[in-house]
Amino acid sequence: MLKDILKILENDAHATTKQISTMTGAPSDEVAKAIKQAEKDRTILKYKTIINWEKVGDEQVWALIEVRVTPQRDVGFDSIAERIYRFPQARTVYLVSGTYDLLVLITGKTMHEVADFVAQKLAPIEGVQGTVTHFVLKRYKEDGEILEGKEEVKRQPVTL
Amino acid sequence: MSTKPTIKQQSLTSHRVNRIVPSGIRKFFDLLASIEGVISLGVGEPDFTTPWHIREAAIYSLEKGYTMYTSNLGMPELRQELSRYLKDNYNLEYNPDGELLITVGVSEALDLAMRAILDPGDEVIMPDPHYVSYDACVILAGGTPIMVPTNEENNFEISAADIEARITDKTKAILIGYPANPTGAVMSRDKLIQIAEVARRHKLLVISDEIYAKLVYGVEHTCLAALPEMKESTILLGGFSKTFAMTGWRIGYTAAPREITAAMTKIHQYTLLCAPIMGQVAAIEALKSGEASTAEMVEEYNRRRLVIVKGLNDIGLPCFEPRGAFYAFPSIKGTGMNSEEFAERLLIEEKVAVVPGVAFGQCGEGYVRCCYATSLVDIEEALSRMKRFVNKHKKES
Ligand SMILES: Cc1ncc(COP(=O)(O)O)c(C=O)c1O
Repeated sequence: MLKDILKILENDAHATTKQISTMTGAPSDEVAKAIKQAEKDRTILKYKTIINWEKVGDEQVWALIEVRVTPQRDVGFDSIAERIYRFPQARTVYLVSGTYDLLVLITGKTMHEVADFVAQKLAPIEGVQGTVTHFVLKRYKEDGEILEGKEEVKRQPVTL
Repeated sequence: MSTKPTIKQQSLTSHRVNRIVPSGIRKFFDLLASIEGVISLGVGEPDFTTPWHIREAAIYSLEKGYTMYTSNLGMPELRQELSRYLKDNYNLEYNPDGELLITVGVSEALDLAMRAILDPGDEVIMPDPHYVSYDACVILAGGTPIMVPTNEENNFEISAADIEARITDKTKAILIGYPANPTGAVMSRDKLIQIAEVARRHKLLVISDEIYAKLVYGVEHTCLAALPEMKESTILLGGFSKTFAMTGWRIGYTAAPREITAAMTKIHQYTLLCAPIMGQVAAIEALKSGEASTAEMVEEYNRRRLVIVKGLNDIGLPCFEPRGAFYAFPSIKGTGMNSEEFAERLLIEEKVAVVPGVAFGQCGEGYVRCCYATSLVDIEEALSRMKRFVNKHKKES
């Protein structure tokens, strides 16, 4: 049941306990309890909204930074990753396989701001061997949602 | 002598065609098209577009130049995949060369099956209510449809005893379609076994329209052909329209004994030649890797199903719990209106389109069909409009 509840909430954080109860067939109070518990044990981290800021004229600069790192004794990549993810500018931080180690998504108000952050905060961290910055030119899809030109239902009037 | 008087007396169209009436669903869509802001629970088709990987495969095939006729039977690769699919799903062995035929939807498959097996006057037993094509196809093939009433108390399942009571020396076949349109009923395995027994005892063919086989919620679909000794007397019809949200591609199939497949192929070859190649290519992709998309759609349908069934019950339109397809079939008897009146007034007064149950047979009277293959937001809005409608008419009476 918990998985069913989570799936509904992942797609629509707005869904009410009552709605979820109907959609899963589980009693309201059980749904509420399960959600409470999931919030407590951080299965549910947060309820957020995907926003297309450009619509309100707010240009945001996004950049994906490849970071090559020298792993450290005992803690591997974790402590460097932590030093990076503690910065609020780092929106997403992944350890990845391949030619670099950490992938960091940075957002800022201007390209300058992002570049400064990389040059002054990220690159100088001890253990960081090098960075490659990719500025995002266009966001097509965000977390499963197509930002513009989403397909509409094109049902024709039919008679059967 | 002038021939004029004779021409005047004769109908321009055949008796056979004159015996069937246009689908009762049609009227409402003409009306619907003229009103704005309607929420339609009328159309019996998925609101999902075909999963992208399937569309992409079809686009690629066009780029490569797949624009020709195919084998009458359908593309060999598609029949091969279908054979594997039926084996994986039901442990049924159908030979792709001679026992499978790719058709233009289950619509054509129904027509082929009837024309292949019926002689004038032959009777075909079917449940009432039923999908609108069933009786029409039987009549067009020269046969006579024989109705077996089904009702809410028996979960709209057709009973073996009721079938048996209607068997005459003219009975040729039983035609069933579960999960059912319009009721959403699913047949239990036990009841199907009883029907299979009756069919075997009386040497009847069974045409089983299993187009909704994959759309079941919390129950198992039993494939009729997979019951002991039934493969030899079953014409299994299946399709892609509902399972993979592919209504516009027009692809379905028949799985049947060699002799019957050969007969259906003759008709198909002279009347359709082959199913469209683009749809067939898409169908191959669907069978190869469409399972995950279907599972996702089924999950979503199930959420909507629970919302609409509870919603209808809450507003005083008691609703039988549908276990398959994507239809809810609430009773409107409490409103004092008949189903056509209810549907028409609901459309005009509250702009919600549903289909009157009587469009699916006499036993559908007193019910309306609500298709929940539409967004949750629309379902919730439709329910609140229906609530207003029901309350208003409660006070009137
Ligand atoms: C029970 C049933 N059979 C057959 C069909 C026709 O399907 P197809 O698109 O494969 O022709 C439908 C479509 O609504 C249906 O509900």
